[in-house]
Amino acid sequence: MINWAEFTPLNSLLGGMLIGLAASMLILLNGRIAGISGILGGLLTAKGNDTNWRLAFLSGLIVAPLLYGAVHALPAVTINAGNTTIIIAGLLVGIGTRYGSGCTSGHGVCGIARLSPRSIAATCIFILAGVVTVFLARQLDW
Amino acid sequence: MILISAFMSGLIFGIGLILSGMTDPAKVIGFLDVTGSWDPSLAFVMLGAIAVAYFAFRIATRQSKTILGETIALPAKKEIDTRLIVGSITFGIGWGLAGYCPGPAIASIATNASEPILFSAAMLAGMAIYEVLQKLMPSS
Repeated sequence: MINWAEFTPLNSLLGGMLIGLAASMLILLNGRIAGISGILGGLLTAKGNDTNWRLAFLSGLIVAPLLYGAVHALPAVTINAGNTTIIIAGLLVGIGTRYGSGCTSGHGVCGIARLSPRSIAATCIFILAGVVTVFLARQLDW
Repeated sequence: MILISAFMSGLIFGIGLILSGMTDPAKVIGFLDVTGSWDPSLAFVMLGAIAVAYFAFRIATRQSKTILGETIALPAKKEIDTRLIVGSITFGIGWGLAGYCPGPAIASIATNASEPILFSAAMLAGMAIYEVLQKLMPSS
């Protein structure tokens, strides 16, 4: 059943278009894919000039809520996961995105936008894995 | 110049994530909760992002350098291998557990919540574990 109370089609579409604009800028100006896990994970092995653009991009991402918050109240967030779950989830996301060469942004946005079969497959797989995880968590009342 | 464009791209990316509602883990889990009370918003985020980025990548695939003189680095791999499948399953489980993927977590570090910092630290540790495993077992 669709949760009409939480559904935000317009804001989500507009926000998504901004994400698309950001990804367009990064590929057309810097020649890089806006995949957050790749940009962050690449820092661990990057050398010289390869480090700087990554840090610049991540700085922009970190500063975003400060700029947004200066103009408009930040949307309310609900975090139901406890600290142990947060740590386990973080570790899985860190290992999984590097092993699978991408996350929601690299595969889900940039990869699908360039019609990459690998990214289309990866996106279907991680969404399905997420759906099963949430289903099981609900059953087990995690 | 390339540092300014990278910073601006990150900034716009983050503002897009916040506006779209994706920095709220409950909203992301609401999208994955298809058998419960389903919030389709995340699909609209992807739709908007892909519709815009599609044109940029069409241009990018026809060029080797950007207007700033940077080499355009597009992945060449085509095959759907075990690494991609196992990695994506692992990522999907972690995503479903907490409702955070890398972008929204980092775009929430500078807010009042402590969870995004903890998640981002654990995620970076996971990435470091991956690098160590790659060195120990290069073929895996």
